[in-house]
Amino acid sequence: MKVLIAPRMERCIGCHSCSLACARLVHKRLSWDTAGIRIRTSGGLSTGFEAKTCLACDPAPCVLACPTCAYSQRKGGGVIVRKKLCIRCGACAKACPVDAIYLDPTGEPFVCIHCGRCVKYCPHDCLDTKEVVTDAPGSEQVKETQ
Amino acid sequence: MIRDYFRVLTIDLTAGQSTIVEVDGRNEVAGGSGLAALLFNKYGQKDGQWDDPSQPLIFTIGPLTGYFPLMSKTVCAFKSPYHNQYAESHAGGRSALALRFADLDAVVITGKAAKPVCISLGSRHIEIKDVHYLWGMDVYTTGKYLRHMFSGSGHRSILRIGPAGERCSPMAGINADSYRHFGRLGGGAVMGSKNIKGIAIQGDAAFLLPDNNAYPKLFEEVYKQLTDTDMMTKYHNLGTPSNVMVLNDLKALPVRNLQQTSDPNISGISGEKFAEVALLRNNACSGCPVGCIHIGFVRERFAEDNRYLYRQVSYDHEPIFAVGAMLGVLDCFKVLDIIDVVERMGLDVMSAGVALAWATEALEKGIISEAETIVPMRFGYAGGYKEGMLHLAMGTNEFYQVLSRGAMVAAERYNGKDFACVLGQEMAGYATGETFFVGQALGLRHSHLDSSGYSYDQKPGVKDASVAAEFLVRDEQGRVFLTSMLSCLFARGVYTDELLHRCLNSLGYDQLANSIPQVSRNIQKLRWRTKFETGYDPKSVSIPKRFSEVVTWKGKIDTEYMQALKDEYAKKITELGLDGD
Repeated sequence: MKVLIAPRMERCIGCHSCSLACARLVHKRLSWDTAGIRIRTSGGLSTGFEAKTCLACDPAPCVLACPTCAYSQRKGGGVIVRKKLCIRCGACAKACPVDAIYLDPTGEPFVCIHCGRCVKYCPHDCLDTKEVVTDAPGSEQVKETQ
Repeated sequence: MIRDYFRVLTIDLTAGQSTIVEVDGRNEVAGGSGLAALLFNKYGQKDGQWDDPSQPLIFTIGPLTGYFPLMSKTVCAFKSPYHNQYAESHAGGRSALALRFADLDAVVITGKAAKPVCISLGSRHIEIKDVHYLWGMDVYTTGKYLRHMFSGSGHRSILRIGPAGERCSPMAGINADSYRHFGRLGGGAVMGSKNIKGIAIQGDAAFLLPDNNAYPKLFEEVYKQLTDTDMMTKYHNLGTPSNVMVLNDLKALPVRNLQQTSDPNISGISGEKFAEVALLRNNACSGCPVGCIHIGFVRERFAEDNRYLYRQVSYDHEPIFAVGAMLGVLDCFKVLDIIDVVERMGLDVMSAGVALAWATEALEKGIISEAETIVPMRFGYAGGYKEGMLHLAMGTNEFYQVLSRGAMVAAERYNGKDFACVLGQEMAGYATGETFFVGQALGLRHSHLDSSGYSYDQKPGVKDASVAAEFLVRDEQGRVFLTSMLSCLFARGVYTDELLHRCLNSLGYDQLANSIPQVSRNIQKLRWRTKFETGYDPKSVSIPKRFSEVVTWKGKIDTEYMQALKDEYAKKITELGLDGD
């Protein structure tokens, strides 16, 4: 099982290619918001960029917060969202400690599905995926993949 | 949003009212440059003064903005305080994608606010906020306050002016997102004249993509072409400053008010030198993976006991030429120091540098004295230029007030017209020869980006004024379609008409895709007609004597040929401007 990581954000130039790719390829939208990874400045363009994306928590606070079981725990970290069950309450976004869930104006949540499709669009190699091996509950091992 | 009309936000600052207008014309003018001219014709007063409150300040994007890589620029159009004619200025940064995601093809601002304001807009809000307390602040400080006042970090664009714009200097630019600019022809003064200190554009909408596989497949192909080939290396490696050494070696770099075209010590401000010692990092315009924005640093010791402050300053070929080579300042950190002052004041760095170069030579020749310049100015003395830039921005005395209307205006007032390096406006950083000089002098934007005369000058060939003039017209026609899409011109090698046809097709703009030659011709004519109707007369444009004295790798300038080319090009653009079709 792979998860998306953003280990080299110091290299980010703020082109938003990752967000646009996620919105285009995963969510079939033109957007820099409705995406599982979003780029923010950390206090103006002179201070660099940060990625708002799911850290693949396990257990994930958003799963615990979801009142309709739309969110469930993904094996290896992160979540699976069944939007048919979502009532647009926004509890997931409130529960996320790192602001990784975007709610569109209708309250529809957008969160990283750890597919890694954004990675190749980063011109500075800021993003990567890592393999999470779950041999037994509570003994996750992590290895980098290229 | 893909649509066959334009969705335009109009804001009347006098009335404090805004509305959304649907404007037809997608298949005739496409967007960007074409749309800007169309909107000026709809909202502008062609005979009126540039600062009449009813005159519009226009921002436009194009049909491909955000949908394809490097479709990342915004056109700003207005009646210019520099020459009181129709003008366009283009900038990168975030404003193009922010406008796309604000679900707007254009913003048209008319009227004048009673107090200094910041306009905040997005897909679901518009606010005209009193910011009188920011009036007088420099560009950086203004940006810091506006960032705190408005939401949307990372997905917004903040356009603002500095003190030069506030006092309506024709050399005032509009700063876009700290490191980009609508620099030329006085857009900052237009904002100042309307009491607009800033414009915050929040891109907060999302759109469904066409329900087919063709678009994402084509995106993939274009993205690969732009990033896998070495076509864009020039722009992200050393960036445009790689031109400094190339032009110097060619004897085509304007140095010391164009008294020279090369200097043996130019390596102090070469692209290579900047990259080696002063480059801090790169930034990108939104939607562009190239990341050509090069950011250097200045460090200032402000107290004896090793207390320093630092600032980040973006650099490109043009600023380095204008306040480096042109002023004889051949140390990269000193160049960044001067750019930093220019940035804070909100001046157009190219015009400001070239204007002070004229002032320096005028001072050397005794035409003016330090009574005028207030500070000592001599080629190579960065300290004088840093102070001079402050005076130029603030219009401290009559001399600087006149100079900020243009080096030629000052030359007419004080003498020294022969060596005012003005080609419609202060020259750009190429002394390649006759085609470039004529192209900038007569070009619609008086910009090095109107057409690639500098490139034509470097090609071997027979000197035929008719052929060269035809090249300028054809090259401009291709460029106006790109700047109507709205592409960065760095991608012009990739976005051929054939590829643009496919891009437009993939989004459903079939009619536009099938009529690129006709539409680009339409746009070209519309822009020229607009320029002529606002008072342009190419016959009144003169090329100062200094340009005839230039010696390049090809030898001396052929003044007879330059005059023939000027006449021929003037004839062709007059035909375009007066053609009623």
